[in-house]
Amino acid sequence: MPPDLWQVYALMLRSRLFEEAIAHLWHEGLISGEMHLGTGEEAIIAGVISHLRKGDAMALDHRGTAALLMRGVDPVLILRELLGYADGLCGGMGGHMHLFSKEYLAASSGIVGAEGPIAVGFALSAQYLHPGAIAVAFFGDGAMNQGMLMESMNLASVWNLPVVFVCKDDGWAITTQSKSVTGGDLNERARGLGISAFEVDGCDISEVWEVSHSAIERAHSGQGPTFLHARCEHLEGHFLGLQLLRIVRDPLREMPEIAGPLTKSFLQPSGATLRERLAGLRIVLEAVLSTLRDPRRDLANDPVRRARTTLQSDSVRLQELEDQVEQEISNVVASVLAEVSS
Amino acid sequence: MRTMFFSQAIDDALAQAMADDPHIILFGEDTLMLRRNLLVRFGPRRVRGTPISESAFLGAGVAAAMAGLRPVVEIYMVDFLGVCIDALLNHAAKIEAFSGGKWNASVVVRAPCGGGYGDGGQHEQSLWGWLGHIPGLTVLVPSTPADAGGLMLAALQHDGPVLFLEHKLLSEIWLEFLGSGARHTVQFDIPAEGAKGAVPIKWEPVPIGKAVLKRAGGDVTIVSVGVGVHRALETAQALESEGISASVLDLRTVSPLDKTAVCEAVAQTGHLLVVDEDYEGFGLSGELSAVVLEAGISCKYARVCTQTTIPYARQMEDKILPNKQRICASVRQLMQ
Repeated sequence: MPPDLWQVYALMLRSRLFEEAIAHLWHEGLISGEMHLGTGEEAIIAGVISHLRKGDAMALDHRGTAALLMRGVDPVLILRELLGYADGLCGGMGGHMHLFSKEYLAASSGIVGAEGPIAVGFALSAQYLHPGAIAVAFFGDGAMNQGMLMESMNLASVWNLPVVFVCKDDGWAITTQSKSVTGGDLNERARGLGISAFEVDGCDISEVWEVSHSAIERAHSGQGPTFLHARCEHLEGHFLGLQLLRIVRDPLREMPEIAGPLTKSFLQPSGATLRERLAGLRIVLEAVLSTLRDPRRDLANDPVRRARTTLQSDSVRLQELEDQVEQEISNVVASVLAEVSS
Repeated sequence: MRTMFFSQAIDDALAQAMADDPHIILFGEDTLMLRRNLLVRFGPRRVRGTPISESAFLGAGVAAAMAGLRPVVEIYMVDFLGVCIDALLNHAAKIEAFSGGKWNASVVVRAPCGGGYGDGGQHEQSLWGWLGHIPGLTVLVPSTPADAGGLMLAALQHDGPVLFLEHKLLSEIWLEFLGSGARHTVQFDIPAEGAKGAVPIKWEPVPIGKAVLKRAGGDVTIVSVGVGVHRALETAQALESEGISASVLDLRTVSPLDKTAVCEAVAQTGHLLVVDEDYEGFGLSGELSAVVLEAGISCKYARVCTQTTIPYARQMEDKILPNKQRICASVRQLMQ
């Protein structure tokens, strides 16, 4: 069964525009600390969340803004939280990595992998208190190497819990390439624990929607946990201001600061053999070069633009929808910012 | 003398030690990028990146130390030790006792700590009191580049596990990585003396367990560590105009505490104020009151600590972390 593309496109676009506004405010210095955006993973979030019912729970990582927005949390409350207002979603106490909504049974954590135990606990509670309700865990590929997540998958398997584990895999664990620190195949890992695993193109909303549909149906009907492995690209990297992306986007400014100390250190007399030093240098260069081969520029890796191309045949309706979403988000931002200046 | 930034000094001392001792290896999350300068000098056999698997790699660091290596294990933030505390609590800290004093784990655990840049309560904790509570762990919290490098060298020569905590507000690397992200639109209250300073040409170890008197004064003794030392110094300076003369003692090591230095300093003024960015209850501040009481020193006592979960919002955070206003008010009250 295919999704209503207009509906899911609206969800994704709304999230994209909201997070672009957040990025702007962060650059302006109105939002403090780190900022992990979900731009690039909208199809995964929208494709899964579209199937959730009232009473279903979400365990979110440090990148949970898009999921909360799509689930229905008031964007004004989210934005007020990010700007540190006492009447934000979490009273200014949480910030974007620690967003909570009791109403929607949604909990975030800045501790990588913590989504596993949280989802398992929500699902366990559902079995007793709200039979038929399920829990979804969203996490990245980096979290797959965290013990508590693997333990949670095992627990969900042996207790036959209604959990959908969603791995949003962008190939990077912060600045480390996941392939260099991850053994074996992630789907096989899940299957090894007795969990059904499915590979999906995380940039294709229709595919995510369809695979999620059956996974969530299985969970709702008591058939236990599922693991979804969805590839995606984070359009802004791990977080805003990531040095690797800065090097790519503004090499003349960034390179001298990095190259100077690196060269000096490479040439320091005591240390490893030249061969070892070159091996070290190659690792640094490889990280930079992988970022340079920027897959973010590829239209196919932008789920929002990809969904848009399928709707272009009805350009009038598309324009109308986009105007409407844009207006909504700009109203949200304007209403919140009006107070900043006052 | 040379001048260095805080983290630069730590890395420089580490490099000196690595050049002298081939048993030192370094690993942790993202170390290939964060310690790239060490990587290109010492090679990927000695500087390694890890998966986000703290329980595995910290536990492995402890055992590798038992078997003869000198690992420096980096944990992304001290808060994340929550994921893998077993390796420290039940293993590193216990080996020497369990083996009847015949074996230990000389591992150095390096972790950024502290707040003041708006990252929220899961990323800005101090936790040195929590760690210092465990017998068998040495906990270092330097406040200047010179102490940071010297204490890193001492940690690498120490027999037994050492926690080396690096305050993010002093660290040029961490503050840019987590706080500013290269933005020029955000400001932080960075103590200049702590962020950059003179360091020796050749590093010598700064003795573990030795506090240093940063300022002499006759009316009140302020004892602190890390960024708190700088907040205390600023306050002491400001209080001079009110006719209050404050001394400031930088512990540098949380465990083992330099009890002698604390008692001597407090005996001279009869007033002890602890400035501790870590949580107030069951921690360093209470421990210091016990130290002076056990020594039979009669003094008035107060503390300025973090009492709650650290708020994300900068303006709320600024109020709950030990700041100049709170320290001033506390000193005035203590002197009444």
